[in-house]
Amino acid sequence: MSDPVTHLADVIREAAARKRALCIRGGGTKDFYGGEPRGDVLDTKPLRGIVSYEPTELVITARAGTPLEEIETALREKGQQLAFEPPHFDYRPAAPSATGPGGLAVVSDAPQERIATLGGCVAAGLSGPRRAYAGAVRDFILGVRIMNGNGEALRFGGEVMKNVAGYDLSRLTVGALGTLGVILEVSLKVLPIPASEATLKLAAGPDEAIKLMNQWAGKPLPVTATAYRAGSLAVRLSGSASAVSAAVKKMGGEAMDADQAARFWSDVREHRAPFFAGDQALWRLSVKPTTPPMDLAGPQMIEWSGALRWLRSDADAGTIRGAAAHAGGHATLFRAAHKTVAAFHPLSPALESIHRRLKAAFDPAGILNPGRLYPDF
Amino acid sequence: MTAPAEQIAIDLERQREVVSVLRTFLPAASVLFAQEDVKPYECDGLTAYRQVPMVVALPETEQQVCRILRECHARKVPVVARGAGTGLSGGALPLGNGVLLSLAKFTRILDIDYPARTARVQPGVRNLAISEAVAGHGLFYAPDPSSQLACSIGGNVAENSGGIHCLKYGLTVHNILRLRVATIEGDILEIGADALDSPGYDLLALMTGSEGMLGVVTEVTVRLLPKPEYAQVVMASFDDMGKAGDAVANVIAAGIVPAGFEMMDQAATRAVEGFAKAGYRTDVAAVLLCESDGTHEEVADEIRRIQHVMETSGAVQTQVSRDEAERLRFWAGRKAAFPAAGAISPDYYCMDGTIPKKRVGEVLRRIAEMEKKYGLRCANVFHAGDGNLHPLILYDANQPGALERTEAFGAEILELCLDVGGTITGEHGVGVEKINQMCVQFTSPELETFHAVKRAFDREGLLNPGKAVPSLHRCAEYGRMHVHRGQEKFPDLPRF
Repeated sequence: MSDPVTHLADVIREAAARKRALCIRGGGTKDFYGGEPRGDVLDTKPLRGIVSYEPTELVITARAGTPLEEIETALREKGQQLAFEPPHFDYRPAAPSATGPGGLAVVSDAPQERIATLGGCVAAGLSGPRRAYAGAVRDFILGVRIMNGNGEALRFGGEVMKNVAGYDLSRLTVGALGTLGVILEVSLKVLPIPASEATLKLAAGPDEAIKLMNQWAGKPLPVTATAYRAGSLAVRLSGSASAVSAAVKKMGGEAMDADQAARFWSDVREHRAPFFAGDQALWRLSVKPTTPPMDLAGPQMIEWSGALRWLRSDADAGTIRGAAAHAGGHATLFRAAHKTVAAFHPLSPALESIHRRLKAAFDPAGILNPGRLYPDF
Repeated sequence: MTAPAEQIAIDLERQREVVSVLRTFLPAASVLFAQEDVKPYECDGLTAYRQVPMVVALPETEQQVCRILRECHARKVPVVARGAGTGLSGGALPLGNGVLLSLAKFTRILDIDYPARTARVQPGVRNLAISEAVAGHGLFYAPDPSSQLACSIGGNVAENSGGIHCLKYGLTVHNILRLRVATIEGDILEIGADALDSPGYDLLALMTGSEGMLGVVTEVTVRLLPKPEYAQVVMASFDDMGKAGDAVANVIAAGIVPAGFEMMDQAATRAVEGFAKAGYRTDVAAVLLCESDGTHEEVADEIRRIQHVMETSGAVQTQVSRDEAERLRFWAGRKAAFPAAGAISPDYYCMDGTIPKKRVGEVLRRIAEMEKKYGLRCANVFHAGDGNLHPLILYDANQPGALERTEAFGAEILELCLDVGGTITGEHGVGVEKINQMCVQFTSPELETFHAVKRAFDREGLLNPGKAVPSLHRCAEYGRMHVHRGQEKFPDLPRF
């Protein structure tokens, strides 16, 4: 049996020769995201394991198929974390719903347990509540090893904090949904877990909430997450115990119990909060943070100091995308039972032609995850 | 660094043609070509390389930039963009057959949005001018390269500049939101957004650090951060370089992310102390500066912890800055390291490798061996927090062979950085200076990918040609002498 990377190169070369689409897949937890996956499944799970982890260098390197949880556990043991708080979106059948009448386990149509991998995390480029304060996945990428559409393994970036040798192609793979190459290995900057944390809840209307979040972000306060939904604004503070307690005194509001707060933020991150339940289309609007409450049909939830608006709506895509563009940003059809429009906001013609040329530079045969990012490349 | 080539003679007929075209839409004073007018543009901060440009264009509007690019593109005239000219890798070295496009007149701050904490600025705005403009609102622009008094934000984008505070606050790529970029065809691209992310590929990251090879930045929207309430610095002296290196690791292991973390070896502290009188001990092997910033409560806590770690790591002395004046004095020495090197030696050559922090003791030991081998002195300053090492090789260009020995010394340091798992450039860029070492850091398919990315923006290779990414042919030539990690890098290419 050849090693997984050699095997991958063989599969890719053969697919390129036959122009057969490959669907790059780790745990499959982000299958819902972007355009519909198609093609022969190329499983990245055999590329597994932490290659190196140096807590004093603040750097971890792991293979793409490594479960995100394995990485987070290794970091936690050394008091460190992935500061961008990646969502896993792994489905774990809860005990009651996995049990049929008479207490028999329902196996047939229960979704499989899915485990998020590092490669999927980078390819999807999604970050959690801490993003507006600590940075996104792309901000923590130090280097990648990828395999391009010709089956060549390429290394860009490295395992050091500062590196300007060559174009920044490691960041280019973040959020590219595998269209530029199969991610083989990733090096990430990691940060210490803050010594202390507190979550406050305040009652506020949407205008006031957006204003408050932006005011806090402009002050030297240790804010690491904000979320607003239906009259209730939650803010998380993280840092040294003294800094957190000083900020709590300044900001007011009601402190949440620590366990409850941890669950609250993980439910926001993992879309387990009630707002995310049900089948109605979920839109993700990334906008200028000071944008006032957006006048769109359907409930909204606000994160990232106002820069992220989640919307449950059956409104027409053009209306939603127009509103997001007007607010200095863009809208993604994040989840929907049937996506009748492209998941991602259309690009300007000038940018689209650059995207096509970049795609062709990495994957001339167009076999890697075609249609995942944009319908026709 | 490679031996500077002979200056290229200007093709006068071509020059006349380009000047007359540019003068149709630019005032005569904005199109320079007389020898004495173009001479000041012959080099950037890397003065060992000089070439006068055929023509210098000084546009004032984005439309003029686009028009210059369009006309040059139509005539296949190469274009080199230049900001303040402070770059240290020759990225803005002009071409004798090309136009030097200076963004020096783009010095306006267009808009500051205090509630959203952003500033929209022209590319020629000085880095420090942004922080100065917003200081009254308690905000600042975080990346602070040592040249921040003079360097321009457009140049910072081209080089992905860092600075002393980048371990905590990030590089340019982490602190910008949006760019307007003119392509070689003279079209404008809007990259990034007022939001935190954009659809599609991360072209904002790709553009940052691309050394003027993909487009010309005409506008930058930067993120502004709340200015920390308070800052204090611990100065720790060590009688052993190994212990100082361990202290760096121990601070990080204690869960501290210092706002600034610098190391200087004895050669550096001696040079600096004579020059800046910062109060460094010159009888020790290394001095560390470790800064904490944040709220008063946070800083008090963290400084106590840093001091404790330094002491348990074997510091012979630790001092905490007692007031702002003393904090600035401690930093003044480190910030004067380059001029101080200039004061004790006729010439110095500044290197810019990054290494895993834990290898610093070993790397400095091997640099000391190289000092003997090449018969040259080297002072080392080190951004300890992020592993970015700046060896300053001291030499006298008037001594026959000294420049060549310096170049060989520098090349060996860069390749040592690669050997220990680092990179040839942390923040100064490749430019023309480190182009040969790119052949050592990257394989042929990797370099080919860089070229393909360049072609996606600039099919004919007219923007800053010859910089940043070496041709495979050049690497084959260079590779004859360099077999790296026991592997030949370009096995498929013919050797000459």
